[in-house]
Amino acid sequence: MKYSSQMVAKNYFIFALVLLAGEMLFGLILGTQYIAGDFLFPEIPFNVARMVHTNLLIVLILFGFMGSAYYLVPEESERELWSPLLANIMFWVFAAAGVATILGYLLVPYATLAELTYNNLLPTMGREFLEQPTITKIGIVVVALAFVLNIGMTILKGRKTVITVVLLTGLLGLAVFFLFAFYVPDNLVLDKFFWWYVVHLWVEGVWELILGAILSFVLIKVTGVDREHIDKWLYLIIAMTLVSGIVGTGHHYFYIGAPSYWLWIGSIASAVEPLPFFLMILYAFTMAKQRRIDHDNKMALTWAKGTAVMAFLGAGVLGFLHTLAPVNFFTHGTQLTAAHGHLSFFGAYIMILFTIISYAMPILRGRPHGNCAKAQAVERKAFWMMVIGMLGVTSALVIAGTMQVFLQRLPDVDALSFMATQTEIVPVYMVRLAFGVMSVLGLLTYFYSFFVKEEA
Amino acid sequence: MSERITKSMARNIYFGGSLFAILVFAGLSVDTVQRVPELSHADKITESVARGKNLWEVNNCVGCHTIMGEGAYYAPELGNVFDRRGAGNEEAFKAYMQGWMAAQPLSEPGRRKMPQFHLSEAQVNDLADFLIWTSRIDDNEWPPNIEG
Ligand code: HEM
Ligand code: HEM
Ligand SMILES: [Fe+2]
Repeated sequence: MKYSSQMVAKNYFIFALVLLAGEMLFGLILGTQYIAGDFLFPEIPFNVARMVHTNLLIVLILFGFMGSAYYLVPEESERELWSPLLANIMFWVFAAAGVATILGYLLVPYATLAELTYNNLLPTMGREFLEQPTITKIGIVVVALAFVLNIGMTILKGRKTVITVVLLTGLLGLAVFFLFAFYVPDNLVLDKFFWWYVVHLWVEGVWELILGAILSFVLIKVTGVDREHIDKWLYLIIAMTLVSGIVGTGHHYFYIGAPSYWLWIGSIASAVEPLPFFLMILYAFTMAKQRRIDHDNKMALTWAKGTAVMAFLGAGVLGFLHTLAPVNFFTHGTQLTAAHGHLSFFGAYIMILFTIISYAMPILRGRPHGNCAKAQAVERKAFWMMVIGMLGVTSALVIAGTMQVFLQRLPDVDALSFMATQTEIVPVYMVRLAFGVMSVLGLLTYFYSFFVKEEA
Repeated sequence: MSERITKSMARNIYFGGSLFAILVFAGLSVDTVQRVPELSHADKITESVARGKNLWEVNNCVGCHTIMGEGAYYAPELGNVFDRRGAGNEEAFKAYMQGWMAAQPLSEPGRRKMPQFHLSEAQVNDLADFLIWTSRIDDNEWPPNIEG
């Protein structure tokens, strides 16, 4: 560790991993409720478990992004963080607000939570992924502003690199687009239209900038390739991202009451979206091949390459599968959507966090050369368990979604009802759950690797 | 490939391309916002429809159901439930909704459960109005059939 203020990242990383464990555990609850409808009812209805699952996911990624920025920005800027104190205070504020919100979901009915938090003053609750009480949303804005200020000041006062400028652009975009979460018009169509300004422009826009910046930082560190080269790749990747991804928002405007020109525009623009993910694979593997140093932390490079491949499969391949309007007409809102959501979130945004954590945590724990070989061997097992587990989960969901299309959507006469179709799919949901268990075991193995000691 | 592209070329593609994309998207968004009132029959958004939308939100219905294909995939699509259960008759649909909401949760073992929300008759009526309005949005003829 070059700068002592990088240490603030440690809490953020650890907390992100703890939340990930919670998220995956609630995934298992959801997966069980898909098979046994009574499971945990009425204590934890499906919608509550789902909110906990998806909100933990988003919050853990935000913690991970913040930790990544606090770790890499001082090193890139060649100076201490502008205010380590502010970063530490914000950690506790955000952690407390997050825990309180999750407890709110679990302890009182959602409508009561809305009442208790005065949702009627500025109604923002009850939309997918943005279920947080308005007061929590305001808290998120405050934390994000303090964070962007801290990172921005550090960058402005220090050495400016392409990586930090791209990272800052992404973080600013993240904060700005979140403001659309406060716009909830009475017209459901407009509501949905701008809801995607948060969700799509995050995951297929500004978050990809953050992803690219973190990936580039780790690649420089573990391969030693020269910066000119890295910068050029990074620019090309994010150029493709924004050129395709911004107008690509249109792939959500096919069937929600927006004008029909989106059928063409959304299909064409989003069909290009897999390209930046493909470039990421070329990027990671080319840099690995041209490496000038052999870093002892082998796992960091493994995670980096894995991120590129899995993000391409989840976002690029599974995204493309349903992004053309005539296909989406039949797949819209089926288990195929869930399949894509899982592999893209995991492959892109969870795996990039494993990448930076795998690189940075050993250093933060006083091991500049990475964990010992034995610990890395355990971590490699964890890598494969999680990757195969999530590939299994999503393969099962692809089959489930395909069955849904053929049983419920395609037939003109004698189409099965939604509920009857779900009954047919139950065996596939069992396979999904089994692979979900494998993913969780992989995560536990990963945690265990932190405690593996060198043989004396 | 990357050998022929210099760093400054890559940077210019990034800035130029992004600016172009932002302008196109902003222009299309402005046009969409102007055309949505007609496509969604915004003049039919009564106070009851608006209250219904709020009830839809504060009870987190979207945590299990889809509406026009978006939401959770645990329970049936409700953007067209008026067509499916009401068959064009508003009164019949409202009567159906009162019965349905009161009957939850159904006691069939193993079946996926919908919670009891303890809504008043007026509130269920508002929800029904919201779902009736939603079913009439011009959404390019989605879903493919009545099952949603
Ligand atoms: C890492 C990047 C990505 C992430 C994290 C992601 C995540 C998601 C999620 C969670 C949904 C479901 C949203 C909902 O609940 O309604 C979704 C929907 C969708 N995504 Fe992505 N996505 C990514 C990239 C892509 C790409 C590159 C494409 C196209 C090539 C794509 C195409 C779609 C389409 C068409 C839908 C709508 C599915 C439907 O109609 O039900 N996504 N995405
Ligand atoms: C441990 C294994 C997991 C299981 C069994 C599981 C199960 C589920 C289930 C049943 C749903 C609800 C689908 C519905 O609405 O009907 C869901 C939603 C979701 N989960 Fe998971 N999950 C798991 C792990 C994960 C992981 C690791 C991630 C991300 C990295 C994730 C991201 C999501 C997202 C984004 C959604 C919303 C999807 C959408 O709206 O399309 N899950 N999950
Ligand atoms: Fe999208």
